[in-house]
Amino acid sequence: MSDLLTIAGNTYSSRLLIGTGKYKDFDETREAIETSGAEIVTVAIRRTNIGQNADEPNLLDFISPDKYTILPNTAGCFSAEDAVRCCKLARELLDGHDLVKLEVLGDQKTLYPNITHTLRAARELIDDGFKVMVYTNDDPIVAKELEDMGCVAVMPLGSLIGSGLGILNPHNIRLILEEANVPIIVDAGVGTASDAALAMEMGCDGVLLNSAVAHAQKPVLMASAMRKAIEAGREAFLAGRMPRKAYASASSPLDGISR
Amino acid sequence: MKLTVNGDTLTLDGTTIADLVTQLNLAGRRLAVEVNRDIVPKSQHGNFTLSDGDVVEIVHAIGGG
Repeated sequence: MSDLLTIAGNTYSSRLLIGTGKYKDFDETREAIETSGAEIVTVAIRRTNIGQNADEPNLLDFISPDKYTILPNTAGCFSAEDAVRCCKLARELLDGHDLVKLEVLGDQKTLYPNITHTLRAARELIDDGFKVMVYTNDDPIVAKELEDMGCVAVMPLGSLIGSGLGILNPHNIRLILEEANVPIIVDAGVGTASDAALAMEMGCDGVLLNSAVAHAQKPVLMASAMRKAIEAGREAFLAGRMPRKAYASASSPLDGISR
Repeated sequence: MKLTVNGDTLTLDGTTIADLVTQLNLAGRRLAVEVNRDIVPKSQHGNFTLSDGDVVEIVHAIGGG
């Protein structure tokens, strides 16, 4: 069955997008990401260590841009200006690659998106030719505005970044899905496989996660679980679940029993 | 000349961005460089002449979500 995720004209067979943060080392990062089957992999952009740590290994030697679609994020940016600057550095770093994950954060405690800055940065980046996948809250009006502006994917949070609390307001995610004409990817909050499956069963186009795998007791095994959860959730969505009923409905015929 | 590189002050022996990258043992690495907040494309690192007091940012990709 051909069921591809299309983002900005490129197609992907995996609907799991995965982060590269918080792993024990780059070998574990590579193994978890390979196991997850993800094709889109997020990275952060930071100052290069100068001085004594100049010889440290480079993430992109382990997660090759030839093999994966690298999605640079603007994590750690708390203003539109910083986020736009970060994206421009990423584009230079990745030889003109213009797909970015925009996130402009509100405060350290919640890492909740600052929507006014997010909207401003998205506008500026789109005008500059970037293809913007945008981290946002689960507000359906904001989601639509970001889509209308030209973002190539809208990525509402399930719950706070790194919280592992799952999808706290599935009703809002449904409202976003009802109106969406671009991929809707739940980004942040997934804690375990069932959270990812739920997002997919609701009809989300993909799930972006990091901590759920990196902070699992066995990250590589959790990467495998996430791959399966997302495939299972997607198939369940496409299959169409049975209606919920208040009372029993026998699966075996009730007549013809020997008495 | 004296430069500020990633927030630290250092003395550059050469004149270009490529000289700086070599001096920092970062040659051949995947980097992006800003000078005074303007990006200088990789293709120009060899002939972009730095000036005393320039503020340089050198970034790379690290793990992130």
